[in-house]
Amino acid sequence: MTDVGFSATRRLLLQGAGAVALVGLGNLPFGLTPALAAANDKYPEEAFKAKSEADAIKALYGKTAEPSDKVKMDAPEIAENGAVVPISVTTTLPDVTSISFLVSENPVALVASYKIPAGTLPNVANRIKMARTSNVIVVVEAGGKLYSANKEVKVTVGGCGG
Amino acid sequence: MASTIRVRATSSGETTEVQALIQHPMDSGFVKDAKGEIIPPHFIQQLTFEYEGKNVFTADWGGGVSKDPYVKFAFKGGKKGDELKISWVDNKGATDTTTAKIQ
Repeated sequence: MTDVGFSATRRLLLQGAGAVALVGLGNLPFGLTPALAAANDKYPEEAFKAKSEADAIKALYGKTAEPSDKVKMDAPEIAENGAVVPISVTTTLPDVTSISFLVSENPVALVASYKIPAGTLPNVANRIKMARTSNVIVVVEAGGKLYSANKEVKVTVGGCGG
Repeated sequence: MASTIRVRATSSGETTEVQALIQHPMDSGFVKDAKGEIIPPHFIQQLTFEYEGKNVFTADWGGGVSKDPYVKFAFKGGKKGDELKISWVDNKGATDTTTAKIQ
């Protein structure tokens, strides 16, 4: 075996070992946490890259949302600290399967998307970052359709930075 | 290492209300540090809650969720003393898991 051949083989072997190690690491957390595997819910990578809320909603659900007064969003009029803006949502719509939070002026519009299995109430609160004054949009998926509510939140100090 | 996950699950008899607070920087990847260098994205991507082997809630998160994220939800059922299992995985593949007793 020549030196070149040897080093090439060696490199292949090392690459192989590296790949195995990576795969091992990648699988391990899922193996240990059946919750993630059992849910069989793939993280919506593309939706979390979309710049606009329309693109994010499309990437996430493949359809558009219609405004509904049955989606109630609780958000502050003015957020003094854009790094921590409390937003919550409730709805009287039946058969809710998912609830998502979007901020139109953020560098990435989609902030959070929650999957609501049967038996879980369509009622979620969380804290989000807002780069500046913007519309906050909540999308509720119920019975296979999308409903939304939106509200402008004024931001005194931008906090997309956190 | 102490768990990064703090959970309070309270049963009212019919429903269980769950509040979770997790220690995580949740760097969005759009912020610069004092030297003007971009802080690379580092945020929790998925957080799951499991009760009696069944998933009761999944959160998919981006970098827009606040530092040390907080979330609140409720599900039907859940008895005092039962366990709730909580797990997260971030964009760098780090994970943490804990169980909490329903109160």
